[in-house]
Amino acid sequence: MAQTGWTPFFKKLKRYRALFLMMIPGIAYLIINNYLPMFGVVIAFKDINYAKGILASDWVGLKNFEYLFKTADAYIITRNTILYNGSFIILNTVMAIAVAILLNEVRAKLAARFYQSVILLPFLISMVIVGYLVLSMLSTESGYLNLNLLPMFGMEPISWYFEPKYWPYILTIVHIWKYTGYLCVIFLAAIIGIDHEYYEAATIDGATKWQQIRAITVPLIAPTITIMTLLAIGRIFYSDFGLFYQVPLNSGPLQPVTDVIDTYVYRGLMTLGDIGMSSAAGLYQSLVGFILVLLSNYIVSRRNKENALF
Amino acid sequence: MKTNDMYQPVVHAIFIILVALCLFPFVLLIMSSITEESAIISNGYSFWPSEFSLEAYSYLWIQKAAMFNSYGITILITIVGTFVGLLISALLAYPLSRRDLPLNSMLSFLVFFTLLFNGGLVPTYLIYTEVFHMKNTLMALIIPGLLTNGFFILLIRTFFANSIPVQIIESAYIDGASEFKIFYSMVLPLSLPILATIGLMLTINYWNDWFNGLIYITEPNLFSIQNLLNRMLVNIQFLQQNNLGGQQMSANPPMNSVRMAMAVIGILPLILIYPFFQKYFVKGLTIGAVKG
Repeated sequence: MAQTGWTPFFKKLKRYRALFLMMIPGIAYLIINNYLPMFGVVIAFKDINYAKGILASDWVGLKNFEYLFKTADAYIITRNTILYNGSFIILNTVMAIAVAILLNEVRAKLAARFYQSVILLPFLISMVIVGYLVLSMLSTESGYLNLNLLPMFGMEPISWYFEPKYWPYILTIVHIWKYTGYLCVIFLAAIIGIDHEYYEAATIDGATKWQQIRAITVPLIAPTITIMTLLAIGRIFYSDFGLFYQVPLNSGPLQPVTDVIDTYVYRGLMTLGDIGMSSAAGLYQSLVGFILVLLSNYIVSRRNKENALF
Repeated sequence: MKTNDMYQPVVHAIFIILVALCLFPFVLLIMSSITEESAIISNGYSFWPSEFSLEAYSYLWIQKAAMFNSYGITILITIVGTFVGLLISALLAYPLSRRDLPLNSMLSFLVFFTLLFNGGLVPTYLIYTEVFHMKNTLMALIIPGLLTNGFFILLIRTFFANSIPVQIIESAYIDGASEFKIFYSMVLPLSLPILATIGLMLTINYWNDWFNGLIYITEPNLFSIQNLLNRMLVNIQFLQQNNLGGQQMSANPPMNSVRMAMAVIGILPLILIYPFFQKYFVKGLTIGAVKG
């Protein structure tokens, strides 16, 4: 009885030592891959000099951020990131709901499975391959559009990879093409979960298909729609790097409309060697991203505790 | 329900259009790869080859050393990464699924927090290259993707916690089984569905990964197939300049079709086996979307 609170605790640790041993590789991994970089964000407040080493480099306070926000870059990349991701969220959600509802209407099971597999195929392949697929359409000298489609309408060839004005549309189409299948699978799973009795009752009452969709399907999958949308909003500061890097082939003239925070950070680090600027942009993204995740999760949990991430 | 039958042809018609929209870039890619180079130059890439030719593939066959090497790298990192990643994840997820584990909530939070905040590209890159010196090593293609963050661990933990009765574990422990024995002879066999699902997702992630190669690998011998494709996309002459094939090449390789043939070879394996794993793939996507 005279034992302090610690002795039983250590006894317990001994009893569970095998379990703690099991966790060592995973925890060590997370420390290296996730926690060290979290502390590494201090780089944004330093003037990195490889000769001195990262730790010994001079502190420069908020100077990197001052530079970043003084240029037009910060505004452009933030605007692009939010506008692209915002339109992706809206268009993908609408498309995916429509396709999922339609897919649920397909009576022949084999056909439904085939349709779903094909619609999901673009999601399966890497962005590098998508880059090739887009190139075969848009290549200036040999692309399908320039040599086959545009001449059919009597239009002149276009130097796609040098004309920024088309890219907001191109990137949006590619994004929808690649990701609708994924969201559709999620919404379809929610639709399949709806009790059939609702539809049977509605049919007996003479409700049309359209009325059933509006009064039963959509309201009942609304929680899933809300959650997927809020999670996406929580990640609105992060872009699909591959889409903005591979698909435009990293073309310089397109940068004003294809540059997002992720490509800016990448270019600063790998091409320009401007670590100060790129780490400042990276930390700006991490911090705002963190706040948005917390905020969107707070909204989800206010609506429905069950569905919140935490 | 009979009245609904009139909708069916309309629904199918819509899906046939959607399927065509999803597939036509792939068809264009394949058709372009089997078109005679001169036909591409005068008519562009098209859905039906005006002049059929397998020249691009025979050119790539001359270059096969580079292709085989890249495929070797991809297969190696995919197998090792998936196996090690799955093992580490399960080993971490199992103790966290045990409510009786001391410090459980703190450790779970440690795992969970990696989903909320990350240091971003610059510190991650500097730590892997400056601290661990992984630039131009196979490790750089394997390590970053093992867990990425705690997401898969939380999914596996939930499965363990919900589907393995505590009583079984307790009685085995009382009977004298060690925790490791319980883990590999009871927990793992009971968890094959989730392990298969997560394993599939890891496999696809490794197979498709080009990002780690892009930032950590500059040595062409270490390029995975995705990285080789990546280089060829930006620089059509890449194979020739680096002479990765180690063979004398023709003066005028049919580059427009070769490029497309490369991409075909790059996606072929995945597309061929897709029908066999699509069911599990769909399952993996849906469990990932609902709360872990």
